[in-house]
Amino acid sequence: MNLYTYASPANFYILAGKLIPWFAWGAGLFTAWGLYIAFFLAPTDFQQSEAYRIIFIHVPAAWMSMFIYLVMAFWGAIGLAFNTRLSFMMARALAPTGAIFTFIALWTGAWWGKPMWGAWWVWDARLTSELILLFLYVGIIALWAAIDDIKRGDRAGSLLTLIGAINVPIIYFSVKWWNTLHQGASVSLTKAPSMAATMLQGMLILAIAAWLYTIAVAMARVRRIILERERQSEWVKALLEKES
Amino acid sequence: MHRFLLAVLRRDLTLAARRRGDWLIAQFFFVMVASLFPLGVGPEPAMLARIGPGVLWVAATLASLLSLSRLFADDHRDGSLEHMVLSPEPTVLLVLGKSLAHWLIYGIPLLLIAPVLGIQFNLSWEAIRVLEISLLLGTPILSLLGGVGAALTLGLRGGGVLLTLLILPLYVPALIFGAGAVDGVMAGTGAEAHLSLLGAFLVLSLMIAPWIAAAALRVSLE
Repeated sequence: MNLYTYASPANFYILAGKLIPWFAWGAGLFTAWGLYIAFFLAPTDFQQSEAYRIIFIHVPAAWMSMFIYLVMAFWGAIGLAFNTRLSFMMARALAPTGAIFTFIALWTGAWWGKPMWGAWWVWDARLTSELILLFLYVGIIALWAAIDDIKRGDRAGSLLTLIGAINVPIIYFSVKWWNTLHQGASVSLTKAPSMAATMLQGMLILAIAAWLYTIAVAMARVRRIILERERQSEWVKALLEKES
Repeated sequence: MHRFLLAVLRRDLTLAARRRGDWLIAQFFFVMVASLFPLGVGPEPAMLARIGPGVLWVAATLASLLSLSRLFADDHRDGSLEHMVLSPEPTVLLVLGKSLAHWLIYGIPLLLIAPVLGIQFNLSWEAIRVLEISLLLGTPILSLLGGVGAALTLGLRGGGVLLTLLILPLYVPALIFGAGAVDGVMAGTGAEAHLSLLGAFLVLSLMIAPWIAAAALRVSLE
C-alpha cells in the first residue's frame, strides 16, 4: 500500500469521503468542548472583564487565516514542482475557508477592540497586515475566477500565492517591528504564556476545532472539484450511475 | 546574455519613443491624482505637508499600475511575445529587461515630476530630497512586482482591474517604507531606517520577482 496512491484524484475522492465525517464530528465536539470552557470555566479577566472572551474565537481564526495561507502556498509549490493535479485542487479548496477565517479574525478583532481600546479599528501593524492578507486571498480567488482554463488558472494562482507568501512572515513579525497600540502576542513558545491556564486550554481546543473544521470543509470542497474536473472520466460516470 | 537584455531594453525604449502619447498619459495621471487631493481635503499648507509624502507615493503606485497592464499586452497581441519566450534566451532576462524598460520609461519621469508636486504640497527641501531617494529606490520595485501581475493577467478579460487587485497588496511594504522615510525626516527621526528597509525590499524583489514573472509568462502563454 503506497501513500502516493492518494495523489490520484479517484482514490482521494473515496478516502476523503470516508474521512470527512470523522473530521466534521471532531470539529463539532471540540467546538462544543472549547466553547464550554470559554464561557463557563475560564475565569473573568482582571483587566478586560468579560469582553476578553472573544479571543476564544478571534485568536484561532487569526492563526488559521495565516496558517491556511501557508498551506495553500505549500500545495501550490508542490503542484508547480511535481505537476500533481490534486495539489492544485487542494490549494483551490482551501482558499475560501482561509478568506472566511481572515474575515472573522478582522470582525471579531473590531468587536474586541471597541471595549478594549475604544476604537473599532486602528491602523496598527497587525490589523493592517491581516487586512492585507484578506486582500491577498481576494486577489487569488479573483484570479482563479477570471481564468477559464483550468491548467493555467491552477498555476497562475499558485504563483501568486507563492509571491504573497513572502508577506505572511512579514505579517507575523510585524508585531515586533512596529510596536503600537496592539498588545503583544499572548501566546509564545519561548516564555510562559501571560494568561491563565484554563484560558489557554480553551483557546487551544478551539484552535484544534478550527483545524478539524478546515480539513473537513476543504476535503468536501476538493471532492466537488474532483467531480467537476474528472466528469469525463470513466470512474466518475460509473460512480454517478451507481448513486442515481 | 547581457546582449539579449540590452536588445529587449532598446526595443522597448524605441517603441515608447515612437508612441509618446501613451507615455505622457501615465505622467499626467500622476500629476492629476496628486492635484485632486488638495481640492478634496482643503488647501491648508500644514496639512498638505503632512499628507504630501503619502499622497505622492500612492499616486506613484497608481500611475505605475496604469501603465503596467500594457507591459506584455501589446507584444502578446501581435505575437512577438511568444517568439521572444520561445527563443533560446532565458525568459527571466526578457522579463527583467521589460521591467527595467518600464522603470526607465515610467519610473524616471515620476522622479522628475515629484519635486514640483512636492513644492505644491509645501514639503521642505530636505523632505523633497528624501522623497526623491525613496522614489528612486521604490519605483523599480513597482515595475518588478508589477511585471508578475502583468504576466499573470495576460490576455484576461478585465485584466487591468484584476492586475490592480493582485498587485496593490504586494506594493504595501514599498508604500510604507517609502512614505515612512519622508515622514521620518519631517518628524526629525531620520529616514535611514526606512530607506534601508526599502533598499532591502528592492533587492528581494530583484531576486524573486523576475523568476516568478517568467514562470507566470510561460503559464499564460501555454
